[in-house]
Parts: sequence; structure tokens; C-alpha cells
Amino acid sequence: MCLAIPSKIVSIEGNTAIIDVDGVRRQASLMLLDDIKTGDYVIVHAGYAIHKLDEASALESLELLREAFAQAGD
Amino acid sequence: MKKDKILLDHGSGGKIANSLIADLMLPLFDNPVLSRMDDGATLDINGTRLAFSTDSYVVDPIFFPGGNIGDLAVNGTVNDIAMCGAIPLYLSAGLIIEEGFPMTDLEIILRSMSEAAKKAGVTIVTGDTKVVPKGAADKIFINTSGIGTIPKGIHVSGSLARPGDQIILSGSIADHGVTVLAQREGLTFDAPVESDTAALNHLVDRMLSACPDIHALRDPTRGGVGTTLNEIANASQTGIRIVEEKIPVKKAVAGICELLGFDPLYVANEGKLLAFVESRHAERVLSVMQDDPLGENACIIGEVVENHPGKVVMETRIGGERIVDMLTGEQLPRIC
Amino acid sequence: MKHSEEYRDTLLSRQIIKRINTVSRRPIRLMEVCGTHTVSIFRNGIRSVLPETITLISGPGCPVCVTDQSDIDAFIQLARNGKTLIATFGDLMRVPGSGSSLLMEQAEGRNIRMVYSTTDALELARQHPDTNVVFLGVGFETTAPTIAASIISARQMGLKNYFVYTAHKMVPPALEALMNTDGVDIDGFLLPGHVSVIIGVDGYAPFFEKYHLPCAVAGFEPTDILQAILCLAEQIETDAPSLANCYPRAVSAGGNSKAREVMNMVFEPCDAAWRGIGVIPGSGLRIRDEYGAFDAAKQFEIPIIQTVSPKGCACGEILTGKITPLQCPLFKTVCTPVDPVGPCMVSSEGTCAAYYKYN
Repeated sequence: MCLAIPSKIVSIEGNTAIIDVDGVRRQASLMLLDDIKTGDYVIVHAGYAIHKLDEASALESLELLREAFAQAGD
Repeated sequence: MKKDKILLDHGSGGKIANSLIADLMLPLFDNPVLSRMDDGATLDINGTRLAFSTDSYVVDPIFFPGGNIGDLAVNGTVNDIAMCGAIPLYLSAGLIIEEGFPMTDLEIILRSMSEAAKKAGVTIVTGDTKVVPKGAADKIFINTSGIGTIPKGIHVSGSLARPGDQIILSGSIADHGVTVLAQREGLTFDAPVESDTAALNHLVDRMLSACPDIHALRDPTRGGVGTTLNEIANASQTGIRIVEEKIPVKKAVAGICELLGFDPLYVANEGKLLAFVESRHAERVLSVMQDDPLGENACIIGEVVENHPGKVVMETRIGGERIVDMLTGEQLPRIC
Repeated sequence: MKHSEEYRDTLLSRQIIKRINTVSRRPIRLMEVCGTHTVSIFRNGIRSVLPETITLISGPGCPVCVTDQSDIDAFIQLARNGKTLIATFGDLMRVPGSGSSLLMEQAEGRNIRMVYSTTDALELARQHPDTNVVFLGVGFETTAPTIAASIISARQMGLKNYFVYTAHKMVPPALEALMNTDGVDIDGFLLPGHVSVIIGVDGYAPFFEKYHLPCAVAGFEPTDILQAILCLAEQIETDAPSLANCYPRAVSAGGNSKAREVMNMVFEPCDAAWRGIGVIPGSGLRIRDEYGAFDAAKQFEIPIIQTVSPKGCACGEILTGKITPLQCPLFKTVCTPVDPVGPCMVSSEGTCAAYYKYN
């Protein structure tokens, strides 16, 4: 029900950020999220950042996922 | 709900547009040339075969990265003729201009038309200009018609696709539609995308020289690759199978599509073509395409099959299958 | 890392599919509650790679589809008001009300603009100070905070011409209502990933405690969905229902408390009518009195017209998973995307449209 896209924060001015998805840039509001800085990845829904993605833990769980299925010899 | 008024969907190039043609226009203008429903009409006049096509251009904005309404109007009609396997020769141009339109903009547009015609090797030989009161048209509309000759031995039509044909796509999809959309009010995106508007007749010429036996050619404009493939599957009563992974989409174009919830398969192209070629000729055609700047990213995206006539099926990235239906009406930006 | 492409990996997908085939023995019916899941499942051809034991049914998670006919009619009446500019997400444009749709109203010359965000709607209000801009607020917990934020912004900007008509809904009460509906047969829920970003896994805890049905919060990329299906199959095969989080990169236990705070500042829960389900207590959101100046339902006279529900349309039973579109007598005969009867055929994420387009 809700299209939301992982996007990178390119710059911030006040409560508004410029986000980047594959070179596509647009404004997004930061009114619904605290402690965001340039370079962070956020999930954006309808022009508002709603979640900050944690790069390290995302990488780790992706790695775990790949291992879990590779190990089984599938 | 009964549609008793014309909606934007009726001009989208999808199913709703097709039903307007089938229900209202075909019965009234009924004739064998029209009912073939190719990009242009092919006519036999005293032994000379001609391709004849017309198209109107109402793009908003009129200037966009990669081109403007002027070169688009020339290239679009040149391509429609080229897709009949013909050599485009002469164009007409009809302008409908809104009162108050800046003269400088008009000059830029006309210059673009002149340059595009030169590049495509066609001559604009007749024209017409009308000015309407402010508000009666949006800035400028252009109609172009064109004719070309079909060389001996060339028979290209959507109805001629046959099982076993390889489907060649000349490059990345959705560039034009996404570029225009990104300029629209309320959606403004800053993106490294530009329209692919280009005349494809020289590319088609090389292809037909390499293999005169190309079965079908189509430029997937409004409605995109998905709709065009459906039209060919219908016209030829064959099935079409394509592979998702093989279809090139530029990164930024894919990005905008994701943001707006669009499927790039249904977004317009203005400088791409689909060719249906017997498998034994496919590599040869592909290689001459790749030697041309307008086809350097050409690739085989699928094939024609005997199963599921009239339907297009896509193998998805994860190895699943899905039907690719024709576009219904214009895709609208969505958040859900 | 892009947090998207990695999860479309062909090899990983095939490995998970293989595992699902090994694990799944019992015939099970899983409901994907969310419409964006429905679209992703069809677009990726996920049904075609699942074993016969697993049936996916689509739930009431397309906000357009569950919006009550009377609300759709109110949208249209607002558009006809003459002095308003309607700002809306594109999703609502084609939805048929009683005899019209926003797209048809646009053809009549009504002032209707599609926007991508409420920030665009605010900008319209700022640019046209003499025009009343009415934003049509539909959506679940993911979208509601963005609408609430726009109302707060409008107050801060001193805008007197920005209004919201709210038809927002919440997911957990709908899950509960589904469980209490006769004839509903579900073995597990694929929970909506982006609603969960806001309400957190904890948002479903009361529901899970009460019904102990297998639940998995899922993302939207193919491996996200496959992984959640595998998780549900494992829970069912081992008789160990749990409330699992299969979308940890986006969803935490507590969710986004700031977004909920903004949402609660502007909205308060109310009873809401869902198409096909009826009124679900406490499942809607209305604008609090303090923000009444921005409430289109209070600020405009909206003529109430006789609502005409489409005859024979089975959207209600389809939304609750009781039947599939193939069992609706109107499907593909009277009701097609070109001429939709019910909202499930209109919305791009509607179950019927997805069945029609991709099946």
C-alpha cells in the first residue's frame, strides 16, 4: 500500500533534504525523522523521509542471508 | 461507468485508445489498408508501393532535455514511415499556434524541424499555419504527415511476425517518457535523463540492407514496449516471450520509474525500435545495428512462440513468469 | 549498497524458492495484507514459482480499494465545489464514485492536480492564495503522518487556504476485523513493510497475542517477499507461530515514534467505514478539533448524494480473501481495467487489476 524508496541524503537545509535515487534528485521533508545527516540512506514515502537505514547492519544481515542459503548447498 | 466524454486516457496509446479506434473509427472508415493497423498505411499506386503516415505532437513541455516539439514532430513521422520498411522522402507540417506565443520560441522550433529533416534526409514540401485565440490551444501543436517508397522485395508488417522470430530492441527503454514527465509541474525531478528522440530511417536502411527479410518493425512510442509487443502478438496471432533481465533501462530512468510507481515497459520511446527477425538472420541484423550510434545498445530481448497466441509473457528476474498486458490508460504517478 | 537491488538477486531468489519447496508440506493460505505486496508478487511472477501447497490471497491493503464509496463521492463533490483546487495522489484519479471519477471531473474542467507529496500541495496553496486547496487524504499509517505533517506546516506557514479531507485507515484493527469475519480462512499474514516502519513490530503485538496466527513483516523486493513466505511456511510446519520481522533493515520493534507523534498530534482515532468490510471501530483517523480549521469535512458543505454501490461487484469478498477475482461474475466480462466496476479493478495495486494484468 505504500511505495517507499531507499534514497541517499545529498544535502540538508533546515527541515528539507535533497535526496538521490540513481542520480534522480528531489526534495524530501525531514519532519518525521530526527538525527539525519548528509550521506545517510533513508526510506522516503510520498516526499517524507520515514526511516534511516543502518548501512552496517543492513550489510551484515544481507551477508547472513546469503550465507544461510549458500551453506545449505542449494 | 459509461464514458460519454473524451478523457486523457483516450489518447494514451493503450487499451482505452484502441477501443476508441476499434469501436468508433474503424467501422466508419472501414478499408483494408487501415484495418492492418500498422504505424503507417502502405499503398500501391500504379505499381509503386508507398508508405503514408501522419501524427500530431502536443507534448508539454515543448522544450525538454534532448529535444523539443519540433524535432520530435519530424522524427516521429519519419520513424512511422521507416517502420513500414519504407524510405521516407517528403513531409508536410501543420502548425496550430496559440495567440501570444513567443516568436523566438517558434523560430527555435522551426530551426529544429529543419535540422531534423536534413539529418533524416527528408524534405518538408508543404505546410499550413493556424493561430487560435489565447487559451484555445496550449502554446503550439504540430502535425506532420509523410510519404516514402517501399523498395522491391521488402514486406514489413506487425502481422508477419512468426514463431521462432527473435525480437531485437535497439536500446534502452522509457527515456523519452520519463524525461518529459520529470519536467511536469508538481513532479519536478532533477535527473540526468534526456529524450531519445531520433530519426531511425538510416538505421532501418542498414538493417534491411543486411537482411531484406525482416518480418516486423515498430517504434514503441506511446504505450511503450509492453503495448507495442501486444499489438504485434495480436496482429500476427502469435505468442511473445521476453526476458526481463535482457531489457535495458538506464539507471536514472529506472530511478524515476520507481519513485513514481511506473513500469518502464509502458513508458514512451521516441528513438527506439523493435525488430522481428528470423533466428538465422538475427545475429547479422544485430551486428549492423550495434555498428550504428542509434543501435549501439541493441540486444535480443525475446522471441516469438506458438504458445499463447495474442499474449506477451515475460520471464522475471527470479525465474517466474508474468503476463505483460497492454497499457490500459495513461500511467499515473502513485504512492501506493 | 543501494538497499534495493541487492534484494532482487536471481541466485538468492532461486535458493529461497528451493528452500520453500523443501519446507512446505501442508496446504496453506497466506494473506498479503498490503497492495504494494500484491503488485510486487505479480510483477515478479512469485505465484508461478511457489509450490502448489501455498496459496497467496490478497487482503484489504490497497487504500484506494478500501475507501468507502461515500468518501469517493465526497471527493467528487469537493471537486465540483467550483472554488476549490483538488490536490491528490494519482492513485485516486480513476476510482469510480457514484457515476463519476476525478478523471472525468477533470475532463469537465474541474481544477484537479496530481501531486507526488503533500509538500507539493502546500506549495500549490502558497502559490494560489485566493484558491482553496483541498488535499484528499487516503492511506494507512505510512501515509497519515505525512498528511499530518502538512497540516502542521500549513499552520506554521500561516496558510488559510489549505484543507485536508481525511479517509485514513489503520491496519491492526482491520486484521482483527478480518479474523472476526465469517468465512475468512487464513493460515498466516504477510504484514505490510512500510506501515511497520511507522508502527513497528510491536504495533501488531496485541493482535498476535490474541490470535497466535503466524505473522511475518515483509519488505517489497522479491527476496524480501520470498523470505517472509518461507518464514511463514516454517512457522506453520513446526506449529510455532511467531511475530517475525523479515524486513529488519527498515523495521524496528518500536517503529518511528516521531512520525507517530506527528500523526497523533493532528489525528485521533475514529470509527471508519471500509468498503466490503463495513464499519470497523477505531480503525480510522479524524482531524482533532484544534486543527479543525484545516478539516475539509468541517469547512465545506459537502452535499451528501445517494451512494450507488456497483451491482454484483464482489470487491468486498475479494478484499477479505473469501473469493478470488476469478470467482467474481463481473471479472473480465463486465469489469475490466478499461471499464472498471469496482475499485479493485481500478487501483494499480488492486487485486482484480493485478489478476487481470499479470495472470
